[in-house]
Amino acid sequence: MKLSKLSALAVTTALCAPSAFAEEMSNELVLVSWGGAYQASQHKAYVEPYLAQNPGLKVIWDESSAEAVAKIRAMNEAGNVTWDLVDAVAADSMRLCDEGLAEELDHDEVLAAAPDGTSATEDFGDLIVSDCFVPQIVYSTTFGYRTDLIDQPDTVCAIFDTEKYPGKRSLQRRPIDNMEWALYCDGVAKDDIYDVLGTDEGVDRALAKLNTIKDQVVWWSAGAETPQLLADGEVVMGSTFNGRLFSAIAEQNQPIGMLWDMQSFDLDGWVIPAGLPADRKARVLDFLKFATDTQRLADQAAYISYGPARASSAPLVGKHAELGIDMAPHMPTDPANASNVHVYDYEWWADNRDDLDAKFQAWLAK
Amino acid sequence: MTDISQSGPMLAADGTPLKRSLARALRMQKLRALMLIAPLLLFILLTFILPVADMLYRSVDNRIVQDVLPRTIEALEDWDPGSNQLPEEAAFAALAADLKDAANAKTHTKVAKRLNYENPGIASVFRKSGRKVKKWDVENDGPYREKLIELNDGWGDVDLWKTIKTYSGVRTAGYFLNAVDMKLGADGAEVRPENERIYNTLLIRTMRMSLIITFSCILLGYPVAWLLANLPASKANLLLILVLLPFWTSLLVRTSAWKILLQQQGVINDTLVWIGLVDDANRLVLINNELGTIIAMTHILLPFMILPMYSVMQTINPTYMRAAKSMGATDWTAFWRVYFPQSVPGIGAGSILVFILAVGYYITPALVGGTKGTFISNLIAYHISTSGNWGLGAALGAILLAVVLLLYWVYDKIVGIDNVKLG
Amino acid sequence: MSALPPYASTGQRAWYYSFRVICGLIFFFLIAPIVVIIPLSFNAQDFFTFTPEMLRLDPEGFSLKHYRNFFGDDSWQTSMWNSLKIAPMATIVSVTFGTLAAIGLSQPHVPFRRAIMAILISPMIVPLIISAAGMYFFYSRIGLQGTYMGVVLAHAALGIPFVIITVTATLVGFDRSLTRAAANMGADPVTTFFRIQMPLIMPGVISGGLFAFITSFDEVVVVLFVGSAGQRTLPWQMFTGLREQISPTILAVATILVAISIMLLATVEMLRRRSERLRGMSPT
Repeated sequence: MKLSKLSALAVTTALCAPSAFAEEMSNELVLVSWGGAYQASQHKAYVEPYLAQNPGLKVIWDESSAEAVAKIRAMNEAGNVTWDLVDAVAADSMRLCDEGLAEELDHDEVLAAAPDGTSATEDFGDLIVSDCFVPQIVYSTTFGYRTDLIDQPDTVCAIFDTEKYPGKRSLQRRPIDNMEWALYCDGVAKDDIYDVLGTDEGVDRALAKLNTIKDQVVWWSAGAETPQLLADGEVVMGSTFNGRLFSAIAEQNQPIGMLWDMQSFDLDGWVIPAGLPADRKARVLDFLKFATDTQRLADQAAYISYGPARASSAPLVGKHAELGIDMAPHMPTDPANASNVHVYDYEWWADNRDDLDAKFQAWLAK
Repeated sequence: MTDISQSGPMLAADGTPLKRSLARALRMQKLRALMLIAPLLLFILLTFILPVADMLYRSVDNRIVQDVLPRTIEALEDWDPGSNQLPEEAAFAALAADLKDAANAKTHTKVAKRLNYENPGIASVFRKSGRKVKKWDVENDGPYREKLIELNDGWGDVDLWKTIKTYSGVRTAGYFLNAVDMKLGADGAEVRPENERIYNTLLIRTMRMSLIITFSCILLGYPVAWLLANLPASKANLLLILVLLPFWTSLLVRTSAWKILLQQQGVINDTLVWIGLVDDANRLVLINNELGTIIAMTHILLPFMILPMYSVMQTINPTYMRAAKSMGATDWTAFWRVYFPQSVPGIGAGSILVFILAVGYYITPALVGGTKGTFISNLIAYHISTSGNWGLGAALGAILLAVVLLLYWVYDKIVGIDNVKLG
Repeated sequence: MSALPPYASTGQRAWYYSFRVICGLIFFFLIAPIVVIIPLSFNAQDFFTFTPEMLRLDPEGFSLKHYRNFFGDDSWQTSMWNSLKIAPMATIVSVTFGTLAAIGLSQPHVPFRRAIMAILISPMIVPLIISAAGMYFFYSRIGLQGTYMGVVLAHAALGIPFVIITVTATLVGFDRSLTRAAANMGADPVTTFFRIQMPLIMPGVISGGLFAFITSFDEVVVVLFVGSAGQRTLPWQMFTGLREQISPTILAVATILVAISIMLLATVEMLRRRSERLRGMSPT
């Protein structure tokens, strides 16, 4: 008797729960990002003002974006999602969306319109590469070099020229970008890169080119490694995200120069894991709307040199918050920096990533 | 004894036969012992053994294909992959139906990912078709053979169908074969192309480097253990602290210390340049390679070698050495023929312990090993947390675990688990 | 080797001293890496090498700024508190279960003793990456992944072999006639346990507990998998720090951890000697 009463109670509460708590927002928010200067810029531009409006909210940062896909997959399989909002690169967001691991969004409904009334979809434009993806920034993977240790290089192919630029280099421990740069420097025309890379011979050719500098390369997996290696003099040039180089150069006054040639453009943005309980989802959507509005995206550019994803934010980009220098010339999208860029092909990589990863790892271990 | 047994059963104080009474006492004792052990045993089984077993099962688990493409697999039952002909229309129709349901449930990319490990390129065929097939009316839109091939010419590739058929089982040996650089073709296991082979190299490297580390530990540990065992107790205890301190110091502290010491601009290179042994332009490369891993891990594991050696050497009676010498043996002969053989059990115990620990190392190789100094554990971590190929990670883990358990068994035979000493 | 006999030949003398030098070098290899980070943690610069000022022992070259950084930084502080919340809890769990089981295992007739022992020791033997991956998937499924409880249970499992080993070691020389004598004099099993057995095995329990504590306090692989941002421990923070930006703050943390290790080591050594004295064994 007692038992049945209890279960009846449980059923009624369960039935009432969604309606009763739908407007209730969780007071904890777990954000996943990349750590370092980038996460700090997000904290200052988005989280601090949001916390000021929402006292009592607890924000927890998790620096696991590099493993976002595998971790969300595991959480989803287990039916226990502990993350609320995940910062992911465009390619990862597409994978997550394809596998049903991320929430599909109606961008116009959940995001704020531009101040002049332009809809969010129009404001972000082509950068909404997937239904699950809310773009934040345009960044690039490019090279930094020690101005005091080597001559100023003017082409990306300097990484393969160990005669003229002796010393170690650091490259990201993945095939993306490295394979393209290798083919480009092996004489493949920019437009043909993916056609060549699509063949077995092309893959071998790219790896053979990388092989010429293999023993001179330190492989990195976290974005802050290259600036650190450069600062310590462990490498003379290395690839990393342009914003990390900016903070090493402008904020820490390291003797490092930027090499923008063949910089590889990419997008980074927010993804909501699928299957959040109603109260947490309500909180996430509230934060998301705030953190991706025109002003907030422009504010972020005051802390790190990444281009805001909204067209309407661009005119608002001003000076660095502490140094007072103009940020525009440090953006990867600045015309002076973007004379020769490499456009990274998401579709192609989505199709070939597993295969090339396996071959690249095999090559690395040899 | 024989006298008593002949004079009839002996009785205990309460009159029951002594044999039965003793047996009951014994049973009670056993039960009490088991009751004391049970909570912990249950705890370990639940928090440790079960999770590990569950993970290892992933290395053969292949339910996803069966779950997502049940109709296709059924339709392919009669198809002979050896004929090199595309399957009949029925298989294409079944696939269209499966794919439509899967695309709606978003599971088609999961099966695509699984099959893509075995035949790169499949994922893209599934993903691209999934979007379109979602909108089809499966009942009436046939025939599907032409329709699917028109949608994506990947469906016209016999190899794709062979892969589906080969991997249609609920369990697969595919991951294990992959873990030894092979794959399951339509005609059985075959070796992978040269540019995809990696795991054998890595497994062999892990073994080789663990052996080198074990030998370095023996080389460095033996003299120290000998010195400790032959010094007066008070001095030995003082020196023992120097061995125990690294043992008690955080692994990360020691690894960071090595990272700082071994860098090209680090303390060791600076010192060598300052002394003049090394030219400033040609600083030694001590980190991000095999050497870095070997140096750091030898240091980290050395206490595990010294302590078992020391405890064995303490039991060696010094009079044997004196006896040998008094009978005319030189110092070396006395040591080599008399002392050394008695210390071998200590070397054995220490070596197995160090090797077991070394084979499974992850943190230190990840931080100081670069690409050449990484172990199989690093690749397991890569597959679990980055590439998402959990089955392969589990298969590699199972192989590593088998190696370790074999050594553990040997250790138990030679030394006995009970004799593990800590400090 | 205790002393060189007066009749030793020149060769023996040469060997005697060169052997001492070799051993000295090995001890140096063992200790130097740990010692060298201590002065470096007081570096006034953000470098990992000795600056000229430091080599001149100029006070300008030294500062406490990395320690200030550690105590002033939110993420370092949170991770330290997380470690201090997780390790003692894990220790309590493993000591409670472990001591009971060790007493059970030391009874004279235990069926399947070898097999049970093998299972209980296994967390120490199975490579950490395998344990971590297994717990990651399994704990995710039962909702323990990313929770405080999950990390505590995982760490307790890892600490148990140490408790088993140290406590059984103290029970090996345990004189059973003592419990029998107590029983004879009318003590019930519980009283016997607390009055007779407990004081004798206490040193083993405490040093096992310290081992379990340090296991949890130093552990990074399992917590990386089983924990989430809310359980970020000190070793985790150090690991990310080492991989991403090696700031000299890590050296300050390392120095603090070395100090803690020295204290724990001293305690264990003291207990070991006490235990040997209590059990009437000669000190080694």
